Amino acid sequence: MAALGPPARTLRGLLRELRYMSAGTGRPYRDTEAYRYLVKAFRAHRVTSEKLCRAQHELHFQAATYLCLLRSIREHVALHQEFHGKGERSVEEAAGLVGLKLPHQPGGKGWEP
Amino acid sequence: MSSGAMWRSCLCLRDGWRRLLNRPSGGPTASVGKGANIPFPFRAYAPPAERKRFYQNVTITQGEGGFEINLDHRKLKTPQAKLFTVPSEALAIAVATEWDSQQDTIKFYTMHLTTLCNTSLDNPTQRNKDQLIRAAVKFLDTDTIWYGVEIGSSTSIMGPSIPARTREVLVSHLASYNMWALQGIEFVVTQLKSVMLTLGLMDLRLTVEQAVLLSRLEEEYQIQKWGHVEWAHDYELRELRARTAAGTLFVHLCSESTTVKHKLLQE
Repeated sequence: MAALGPPARTLRGLLRELRYMSAGTGRPYRDTEAYRYLVKAFRAHRVTSEKLCRAQHELHFQAATYLCLLRSIREHVALHQEFHGKGERSVEEAAGLVGLKLPHQPGGKGWEP
Repeated sequence: MSSGAMWRSCLCLRDGWRRLLNRPSGGPTASVGKGANIPFPFRAYAPPAERKRFYQNVTITQGEGGFEINLDHRKLKTPQAKLFTVPSEALAIAVATEWDSQQDTIKFYTMHLTTLCNTSLDNPTQRNKDQLIRAAVKFLDTDTIWYGVEIGSSTSIMGPSIPARTREVLVSHLASYNMWALQGIEFVVTQLKSVMLTLGLMDLRLTVEQAVLLSRLEEEYQIQKWGHVEWAHDYELRELRARTAAGTLFVHLCSESTTVKHKLLQE
């Protein structure tokens, strides 16, 4: 069986991910369907006398998988923004890299309308 | 880039994603919906590259076929305009969360669960159960991870020959999953390039992080030896984890039936 750690840690991680997601949309994260469902599911399946309950482990596994999904997506988007999201430099910036400036002609270039 | 390596013909998301990368960010999106530079008919099943978030609220309702997603008052539809219904409430909530977490522009390449549901509903490559199973089993010949099955190791480039009995057992095991779950399984097998790791995930023996690590053993070894490049290694690792986690969760949610039995508490 996969080593998942304590369910409380998974739940904490999930709530943290939900908080990050809701921070962007402005609505409190406790309002979301996902929050309500997760809290209900964790509460309902906590009470079991069997230590090796497979159904409980299965639910914890699904929660851990969902946590991995949310975390990976967030980190992936962050990496994308940082490394791949900037696009090209403008002509001014490119010239500025080597210390040059674009020429400035007060009357325009002549062929511009 | 891992996007170029993926062959998923049923969901040309890679093309949409490549165009997203080429587009400079920060400027207002000029085109909403499919851009004019898509050559027809190669992009028949591609989602639009960029759309602004056009809805305020995402809600879930239960219809006849299952759970439906509503963006404001509009019902979500698949790319082929079918009504978007899922059999599992948890899956519906996860999909709704995906849509709700989009800010400003909708990043379709992060919405893996939505994509998987669309694939299952539309079946754009029109494959039946047998074809999906065969597609997944094809990876068995090149699987580099072996569990305690009678397959020896091989030093030749062709790989060990898989006994027919093993193949049959695998095929019959995969046949026990329903069509939706099989789409998910085939997706994960394609991502991890390994049938064994996928089965390990479905059987709760491996976590997603472990399975992805095992799938990338060669790369991890090279990284430890030569150093790691954040904008490539970490980027691909997160992407692989996201896709694998989505596929695994999808399979689990599509093949379970939740029954809550209340046991009598004996004090």
